[in-house]
Amino acid sequence: MANPGLSRPGFIFRKKEPMEQILANGVYLGSQYAMIALGLTLIFALMNVLNFAHGQMYVIGGFVTYTFYGQWGVPFILALVMSCVTLAILGALIEKLLFAPVIKGSAREESTMLLAAGIAFLLDALILLIFGEKQRGVPKIIDGVFNWDFRLIMPYDRILICVLAILSIVGFIGFMQYSKTGRALRALAQDRTAAQLMGVNVDRYSMIGFALGAMLAGLVGGLLVTITGVNLGMGGPTSIKAFMMVMIGGAGVISGAIAGGIILGFMEAIGLAVLSQYGDITYLLIFVSLMIFLAIRPQGLMGKPWG
Amino acid sequence: MLRRTLIKATLTAAAVSALLTTTALAENPILKIGFVGVTSGPAASWGISNQRSMETRAAWINETGGYKIGDTTYDIEIVSFDDQKDPKRAIAGMEKMAQEGIHYVVGPNVDDGAAAVRPVAEANGIMYFPYAFPKSLYQAPASNAVLGMVANYQSGPAIYQYLKDKEGVKTVAFIAANESDPLSQRDGGVAAAKALGLEVVSDNVTYQVDTTDFTPVLTPVMRARPDLLVLSGVSPANAPQLIRSARELGFQGLISTETAQDAGVLSEGAGDLANGFISVGGASTPELASPMMNEFVKRYTDMFGEYNDESNTKVYALEYILETLKANPSGLTDVSAFQSTMDTFEAPNPYMNGDAKMRYVGMTSFGQRRQVAVPLVVNVYNDGAFETLFIAEVD
Repeated sequence: MANPGLSRPGFIFRKKEPMEQILANGVYLGSQYAMIALGLTLIFALMNVLNFAHGQMYVIGGFVTYTFYGQWGVPFILALVMSCVTLAILGALIEKLLFAPVIKGSAREESTMLLAAGIAFLLDALILLIFGEKQRGVPKIIDGVFNWDFRLIMPYDRILICVLAILSIVGFIGFMQYSKTGRALRALAQDRTAAQLMGVNVDRYSMIGFALGAMLAGLVGGLLVTITGVNLGMGGPTSIKAFMMVMIGGAGVISGAIAGGIILGFMEAIGLAVLSQYGDITYLLIFVSLMIFLAIRPQGLMGKPWG
Repeated sequence: MLRRTLIKATLTAAAVSALLTTTALAENPILKIGFVGVTSGPAASWGISNQRSMETRAAWINETGGYKIGDTTYDIEIVSFDDQKDPKRAIAGMEKMAQEGIHYVVGPNVDDGAAAVRPVAEANGIMYFPYAFPKSLYQAPASNAVLGMVANYQSGPAIYQYLKDKEGVKTVAFIAANESDPLSQRDGGVAAAKALGLEVVSDNVTYQVDTTDFTPVLTPVMRARPDLLVLSGVSPANAPQLIRSARELGFQGLISTETAQDAGVLSEGAGDLANGFISVGGASTPELASPMMNEFVKRYTDMFGEYNDESNTKVYALEYILETLKANPSGLTDVSAFQSTMDTFEAPNPYMNGDAKMRYVGMTSFGQRRQVAVPLVVNVYNDGAFETLFIAEVD
């Protein structure tokens, strides 16, 4: 049998986790969480829809990259583009064929919530049918581990994914800020009726916005499949985390989603480092803190009390 | 007029087709076997491998004319219920089985679900085959549960002893998901390691099942510098990530688990970093597998596109149920007859080469025969495939 060896050369962990490591973990987790929350909050801002299927869209993005990059050997960047395209098309179709008719036909908000929950179940079933029940992973996109005197250990692929996630967030903000489509989407999010009166094609931009939100889910799914792999069951927990981030930052606010993601990432990194000897109480404390926070500020950090 | 004729023709065709189907199905009476387990969510692969194993075997039996019990040949129908790993739904699933008159059920897959369904099963005369380890399910006065695999308190000590003797392991660290099954398996593993004289250097680090980055979770464990890192009750989805993170953090000791894993999943998720990883295998190896086992693997792959190594173990439960009923057909309606047969039951094991037998074991662990006898195969992963480390038996 292959024994990696018990002599453990270079196995010199420090007794306490260095602050550099905690901060690096926080930045890494925060950047990926922020990306997950961005798409969810965008869809909410544009259409007032709580997209419970966001996690499933993330999972599909991971599986598409897995298929192209892991199975067919297509270059990673191209596979990532395929994830984005697939999810954008899927998002556009879902909006056009499902959400738009329901929003037009029903004034009750719970109609779209039920529809979103139904879509989540449908996508879960489709994922099982197409990709199977197993955990999937792809070859590392870059080998090696950055090790700074055991104070800061971070595999290079995580650093790369973190950088790509941050660049994507910056790119998204730039797109929303400076492009014509971005301005139209922001106008739609601020006041749907006013935007319509100003000549914005509400139906068209709703579809584009939903497609963009779904595309972001696909992008982060494709990025993270290289680190975490992907499996059928990841959708639900991902949606829950995304909702937490949106609640922290404020529903429907782009900067809020980013802040929520980074805060959750740092809370998780610090909790896991400091509280590990007490068992798995990190998320317990995060949930308790969230409840107290929402009791004091129900609209989140950057949300508006009136919606 | 034409429309009316068309409707009539369609209705007639539907009626004839329904009649023919009923007639075809009526050739053999149906024997329903239930499955209550998790087929959605993060642990879906555990239950899906169960369900698909049963469906593959049932289709195979039906295709070859049915299964003869006593004087009657039955077609086998699998009735499945996804409990979503929720004990309340597991109870609902077992109640559904009772309403359908089913007396033999495979599952549930986890501890709390298996414990929750016990009153329903015992009240409704249902024998069930869980993949859960609490001894109270199998010890008297419990009567209706039969453990469908080897428990961690049976495989763990064997693995630790082997690694202590052969690899000089002295210190062990445990890490588990924050759920009932992994936590109870961790506690059992800690007790077993201590009983063998190993020093347990870390046993309180846990993680959420939906964790996507294990680096921050593992760093406190790595600081304890164990010779052996045990991933207690780890799911196939989490194992590659844990192994990968541990190795990337510089851990060069041994890593093991007492749950079954999938070589393809390890290969994709951790690649060469998984080399040397020790796990309890499905109850088959290329040397042990009989032609019937190979045929089962082929049929499973044809039906579902890809085989799951866990099915090497999960193929057995349905076979045990049917063979025991064949040995005593009264068990079809009376589970007490099935239970009394279990004490003496013995039949050739069709999935293993040689003269291996199917029989019920568990006297040492439970004081009564409430466990299927499947070989304890301990594997080590190397370069994309499992190699057999050692094989043992449970009594």
